[in-house]
Parts: sequence; structure tokens; C-alpha cells
Amino acid sequence: MSRDERRELQSSRLRKLVDYVYHNTPFYRNKMQAMNLLPSDIKDIDDIVKLPFTTKQDLRDTYPYGMFAAPIRDIVRLHASTGTTGKPTVVGYTRQDLAVWQEAIARVITAAGGARQDIISVGYGYGLFTGGLGFHYGVEHMGATVIPTSTGNSEKHVRLLRDFGITGLAVTPSYALYLSEVMDKMGIDPASLQLRFANLGGEPWSPQMRKDIEQKLHLKAYNCYGLSEIVGPGVAYECEEQNGSHFNEDHFYPEILCPDTLQPVPAGDTGELVITTLTKTGMPLLRYRTKDITSLDYAPCPCGRTNVRLNAILGRSDDMLIIRGINVYPSQVESVILDMPEFEPHYLLIVDRVGILDSLEVQVEVRSEYYSDELSTILALKKKLSDRLKSVLSIKAAVKLVEPNSIERTAGKSKRVIDKRELK
Amino acid sequence: MTNLKIQQISIFLENIEGRINDVTTTLAKNQINMLAFSMAETAEFAILRLIVDDVEGARKALADAGFAVTLSEVLCIQCANHAGTLAKIIAYLSENKVYIKYMYAFSQGELANVVIKPSDRSRCIELLQNMDCSFLNLQK
Repeated sequence: MSRDERRELQSSRLRKLVDYVYHNTPFYRNKMQAMNLLPSDIKDIDDIVKLPFTTKQDLRDTYPYGMFAAPIRDIVRLHASTGTTGKPTVVGYTRQDLAVWQEAIARVITAAGGARQDIISVGYGYGLFTGGLGFHYGVEHMGATVIPTSTGNSEKHVRLLRDFGITGLAVTPSYALYLSEVMDKMGIDPASLQLRFANLGGEPWSPQMRKDIEQKLHLKAYNCYGLSEIVGPGVAYECEEQNGSHFNEDHFYPEILCPDTLQPVPAGDTGELVITTLTKTGMPLLRYRTKDITSLDYAPCPCGRTNVRLNAILGRSDDMLIIRGINVYPSQVESVILDMPEFEPHYLLIVDRVGILDSLEVQVEVRSEYYSDELSTILALKKKLSDRLKSVLSIKAAVKLVEPNSIERTAGKSKRVIDKRELK
Repeated sequence: MTNLKIQQISIFLENIEGRINDVTTTLAKNQINMLAFSMAETAEFAILRLIVDDVEGARKALADAGFAVTLSEVLCIQCANHAGTLAKIIAYLSENKVYIKYMYAFSQGELANVVIKPSDRSRCIELLQNMDCSFLNLQK
């Protein structure tokens, strides 16, 4: 489709979307009424700048179903991603939404050279996270063979890669590297496997990591960008050029805005990625602020696709961390610690990557009243915090108890995170 | 009635090179003498338990120096320093459902002093008063 034809399509979809959310999502109706904005004020895709924004906090504030436009009886699936203590971010899908999602993933896989005869292992987490099931149904929709391996039990995964003649792999980039290490330990030569391509996403990865993965696993590795609030994986995907991820912009419309003024930047410039879901009916979002800092490339791609390409994510405009593919906010750790009287309200997060997988260490100080002469009491305290963190963050963090006043107290914003990883 | 309980100082120490040295130097500077001590350690930290002659002096000196100090009450049993004496005592306590959370000891000549933290301190005192051993009151 030419860019002009696409603009027509996006404009028509935006008009329908704004009308739909105005009448079905009180959150947006209230916002638009406060701005004296009517659906009829939106005539084409450029009028998108008139629309209100949506943030992650809005999703938390409307937990669980406040952002849904469709009634629960039309919602056929719920997913949830990490949030603060007791408040995950919920996403609801209608049957139509799931159909769009499958189609989006089919495009992702096709761009990587996948087709009906491929056998694809989905090593993203199955469950509340969108990664596993999202990819799963996309593979089935294509008619390829899906193996729902999920995360964990890496040795078994490697054996299946060999025994089932798996040709495609969907995992996070660091897990792909980790699998190559496991293969090494097991004495299995990746060159002897049938792997041909991998769709990697869930965390930022560098050109050097791509080289490493392709060399070690003897396959071609393609980026897949996504976020659960928008749909899950499948928002943008690399083609054979491996030079930017084509945005599924007929369904998910991207804007790049200056994070401070929230005004559009000139085409090609860097800013915050803001996405509008043009076709979702369950939980459609207007101008969702992803907090990812990046740019769009409008130049024609040799592959022939005309949808705009997303360049590499350069960073975040907030303090979110991605650890082993999971989004972690320091505020989540804070909410757990403040909730426990046994600890001082000071903490330090040390993020590192020793070997291939990310690690998270949380340093805390025990309050003087809770110190003990018994070792078992201190160890139980450590475990209590560790268990709570695991439940809120969905990843295991190492807890280190430090002596009183070891963690810096500053008058201004305390430096809470030390990220020792460097994307090599 | 003599106070049989002994105040024990416990200090939480991170596994940092020279940390114990910081403790001993602080105590020395403040003229505090240690009468008994033991340490329970893990890879990351240790709990150092001290019986000192001047409890309040030690507590203040250590707290002022920034250490994580707690006070707890333990008992010190004094018995004859030969094989089998402790075994008899512990067996008796055990039969009466009093157990040991931790213990450490030092002997001098005819006498053995065993610092214990029992599961039930008052019951422990009651039981041992029936036996042929005494409690050592190390502090004023």
C-alpha cells in the first residue's frame, strides 16, 4: 500500500476510533469534554495532535477495567503486566483484537522468512504476560507449527530444538545467548540444528549482540518490538534488511513527540514514541506515552514494505529498567520496602549482567528495632523481602542487608539505581 | 533474688574486610573488656554476640560508631569442667522440652561457663535450679 493510501486508511480508522471511545470509554469522553473536543473535530490522521494522552499511571488509576471500551462479556482474554504492589496493568482483548494481534505476529514471522512449513519454538513466558500466548496464536494463525516451550528448563528446550527440527525461535535476545551457552555445555553444536531465524524482543539489544547471536546460533536474528498496553509483541518488526522495525501502522499509529513540550518533532528526529491503537475494540488507547526514546525512518525500504520503520530504542524518559526481559520500576521496589516496617525507607538497586543474564540486587537497611541476635531471624527477614519482591516484580532479586546508614541519603532526588550493564 | 539473666550485645556486621577490627578498636578505645563472644556468619554478613563487663558503655560506644547494636538476654550456666557435665544438663532440659537456640562457652580450670539462649528462659531457670549447677552472674 502506498503511503498516501495508508494515510486515507489511518484517517478513516482514527475517525471511527475517536467516535467509538468517546461513546464507550468514560475516561476519554471526560477528557475530551474537558477540552471541548468532539469526535467530529477529528477529520484526518493529522488531527491526532488534538487528542488527549494516556499514560501508564492512567492505566493504574483505572485498574482493573476502567479503560475498557467493550463490556466484559465481549472481552475474551485478559493479560496483565507488572505494576506496583497490587496494581498490575491490565489489558483486555475482544475476539477482533485477537484476530488483529495474530495477523500482526504473522507479519513479524513472515518478515523473518517464516512460512507454513516452519516449526517455531515460543520461548517467551506463557501466562499473564503477552509474549508467550501472543506469539503462540500468531504462529498457529500462519499455519506454521508452534511449540509452546515457554521460559525455564533450558536443557529441555535445547533437546527439543534438536529433536523436533525447530527452524524458528521466539525468545528475548539475552535468552538466545543463554541457550547457546547451554548448548555448549551439553555438547550440542548449533550448526547441527535446523534453526534458521529468530524473532527477538522484550529488551533493547545492540548490533554486537545480534552478531554474537547469529554467529553462535547459526541463524538470522530479527527484532520484534511491542508492549502489552498496545497489544503485546507485534507492534513493529524487522525485515530481511535488519535495518529498522516496520511499524504495523495500519493498526498502531506512531508519533514521535518532544517529551517536554509533547509537540511533534520534525520527521526523522528523536523523541518519545507515542502510539494510538487504531483498530482495537477491547481496550483502545489514544496517544499512549511509551516513554521509549527513539526515531522513525520514513525512507523507502529495499524490502518493498512502505510502513515506517522504528529505529533502535535509545533509552527511556522515565526510570523503568528492563531486567531479563521484564519491566521493572524502582517505584515498585520502593512500594514493597515502604510496606514493610522492618526496613528503613532507603534502598539501592544494583543491576548487572555477569555472563549473559541480567541480575538485580536490592540493598536495604534493617530498622534497629528489628535487628536480632538470632541468625534465623535475620535470614527469615531477608527471605520475606525476597519473596515479596518476586511476587511484585515477577523476577527474582538478590537481597543484600547492609549496615545502618550505608545507603546514601541526599536532600534532592536520591540515586536509587546503579546500572552496571553496558550494551556491548 | 539475684538477677540471673545476662545482657548480651549482638552486632550485625556486613562481610567487609576489616569490619571486626573496627569493632575491637572501638571497644578498646572505650576501655570495654569482652568476657565472652561468638560469631554466626553467612557469606554476606555475621552476627557477633558479646558479653562485656560494661554493657551500657559498650552499647553506647558501638551505637555512636554507627554499628547495628541490639541487646538480648541470655543465661550463663556454670558447671564442673569435665566430660559429661554439659551432656547431663542438656539432656535434662531436652526431656523437659527446653531447647537451645545457640550457645558458646569458655572454661577456666575447674569451672566451665556456658552461655545459652534457651527456647524458654524462665522455664530453663526453673529446671536448672533443680540441678546441681549454678548460674554465673558476670555483670553487676
